[in-house]
Amino acid sequence: MASMAQAIRMALHYAEENLGVTDIFGEDVGPPLGGVFTATQGLKKTWNTPLDERGIIGMAMGLAMAGQRPVAEIQFCDYIFNTIDLLKLAGSTCWASMGEWNLPMVVMTPVGSGIRGSIYHSHSFDAAATHLPGWKIVMPSTPIDAYGLMLAACQDLNPVMYLAPKALLRTRGTELIPGEPGDDKALSKMIDAPLGDRSRWVPRWPDLQERVVPIGSAKLVRPGSRLTVVSYGRTLPLCAKAAEELAAEGIDAEVIDLRTLWPYDWEMVRSSIAKTGRILYVNEDTEVTNFGEHLVRRTTDELFYSLLAPPKLLAGKFVPGIGLADNLEMASVPQLPDVVQAIRDLAVLEP
Amino acid sequence: VSRPKLVPPESADLPLERSLLVRIHDLMVKSRALEERLIQMYKQGHGFFWIGGPGEEAFNVPLGLLMKKGQGLDYDYLHAHYRQSATLMALGEDPINALRQIKTTATDPYTGGRSFSGHFSIKRWNICPVSSPIEVQYPMAPGTALAQKRHGGEGITIVTGGDAGTAEGDFASCLVWASRPGNELPLLIVVTHNGWGISTAASTQQGPQNISDRGKAFGIRSKTVDGNDPVVAYRELEAAFAYIRKERRPFLMEAQVSRLYGHSSASGANFATDERDCLRDYEATLEERGVLTRQQMDAARTRWTQELAEAARKVIEEPQPTRESIWDHVYAERK
Repeated sequence: MASMAQAIRMALHYAEENLGVTDIFGEDVGPPLGGVFTATQGLKKTWNTPLDERGIIGMAMGLAMAGQRPVAEIQFCDYIFNTIDLLKLAGSTCWASMGEWNLPMVVMTPVGSGIRGSIYHSHSFDAAATHLPGWKIVMPSTPIDAYGLMLAACQDLNPVMYLAPKALLRTRGTELIPGEPGDDKALSKMIDAPLGDRSRWVPRWPDLQERVVPIGSAKLVRPGSRLTVVSYGRTLPLCAKAAEELAAEGIDAEVIDLRTLWPYDWEMVRSSIAKTGRILYVNEDTEVTNFGEHLVRRTTDELFYSLLAPPKLLAGKFVPGIGLADNLEMASVPQLPDVVQAIRDLAVLEP
Repeated sequence: VSRPKLVPPESADLPLERSLLVRIHDLMVKSRALEERLIQMYKQGHGFFWIGGPGEEAFNVPLGLLMKKGQGLDYDYLHAHYRQSATLMALGEDPINALRQIKTTATDPYTGGRSFSGHFSIKRWNICPVSSPIEVQYPMAPGTALAQKRHGGEGITIVTGGDAGTAEGDFASCLVWASRPGNELPLLIVVTHNGWGISTAASTQQGPQNISDRGKAFGIRSKTVDGNDPVVAYRELEAAFAYIRKERRPFLMEAQVSRLYGHSSASGANFATDERDCLRDYEATLEERGVLTRQQMDAARTRWTQELAEAARKVIEEPQPTRESIWDHVYAERK
């Protein structure tokens, strides 16, 4: 099975061949490196930029204005914060021009903890991104969804923020991307750049097929009846694993992968909460003005009389950064035991 | 409006063709009358805020006259700031739309009542949306210019901003991205230098003698010109356009201009008597050289003033956007 980084790479290959993607660019995105997480190795439309995040976002906006279809990368979301007014502008351009100028552009950026990235390679961006009206925000947790969401992003008429959970970029899924060979080593030989001199290397791409994950569609990862857990990105597999563990204790948790943060699949979330009466939202961004707080508010507003327990949010601690030492990172953002405990605590609550 | 051709002057005394001199004058008057009408509408309570470009007409009219107007990569893109009305007039835009914008009518074709005056947006002419931040256009412009470089042809990108905005890092970004070795871009980088950032004098904040000097470090052809003289501006811009269209490389032009009604309505929008007035100076020259008489120029002023007053009377009767319309155009959708 492909890793998430390979899945993104294959999606971008499909997009540059079939969806009109004209530019895939950012710091170290082009050869020889092909991205610090290898997500852009071997692609035709890649190029390297100056180390200038504002320049990268501005370039994407200008290319989109000129009828191109750019995919820009900010190497780590920790470095996207100095572009925030350009991101606001990209989100408001269609609205401010009464629909005259839409910007079909994708900004891809690795987010979150999990690689012991210290204070400046562990930030999350989902809370800030969901404060940018006019953008669509997606975040996969599996390679197959990484593939499908990228194909959707590259066909959208609007700016799409593609948040790649960096802890999962090297993890493999359970579902083949259409066209992908089943053998990991065979796939690696085809599309992973060799170590050392790559100047004459060319990838051999599988015969990939289109498999779009529509923006705005969540995924039911595990059906359950006692409570609902909604998550995305790095914490989603933790929630799925916790639910499996707790099933042995008789706690039957339903797990939903939101996949799109905006516009999100409220219908799936709402109907699940209406069924279970208990909801736990999980993500790793800092917990104050967290996107999950919006979901809690909406849950309270619309489903108050269906609830059997207070809606809960498990998120990152509101501290200025994620420290490098193992204990510091583990204590700052949700880990498996935290999710297990949160589900257990919620499951026993009765009106 | 077709692009004028510069032909040898019919008289050795005239620096440009007589008809072009007259046309530039008419567009400068039209632009000034527009800005003064906008200010008047603001002062009459027909607008929440005014900001614009009186004092930049001598530079901005030639800029518009020399642009290749149209949609797509074969034509020029303009990433402007909010002092660009004279360029829009030179391109042939109907001034009534600027009145609609300050009045925030639903008929404002640029922003539908959503943004300030001077925030133009015309896709069919490659006029990219103007926004209020003073610097963001500088890193966007290399995007359209790169698409044009790849496309070939003569189309170029023009980006404009003020001197105060060049203190932002985005201006440096523009210089960097315009001059990447092997990827130099067909980009005219304009700085209209009026000497002020709201109430702060440029001389107290910026060290370089000329802002154009900053281009030299990047190998960008650069020049500081008198933007208060339309003949100088026309000739300098014509040469810069020709260079960029042919060589497909960037050019940085700093134009010294005036700010005749202050920064915006926030500073009163009153006429600054201590600034050079490009229109008054130009009219003196035209009269002295016998191109136009005082009566002819006064007639032009009267004509545009009356026309804009009439337009304002029409605009103030037009509908405002509805409350429900805030949800329109959040996203583009496939039709």
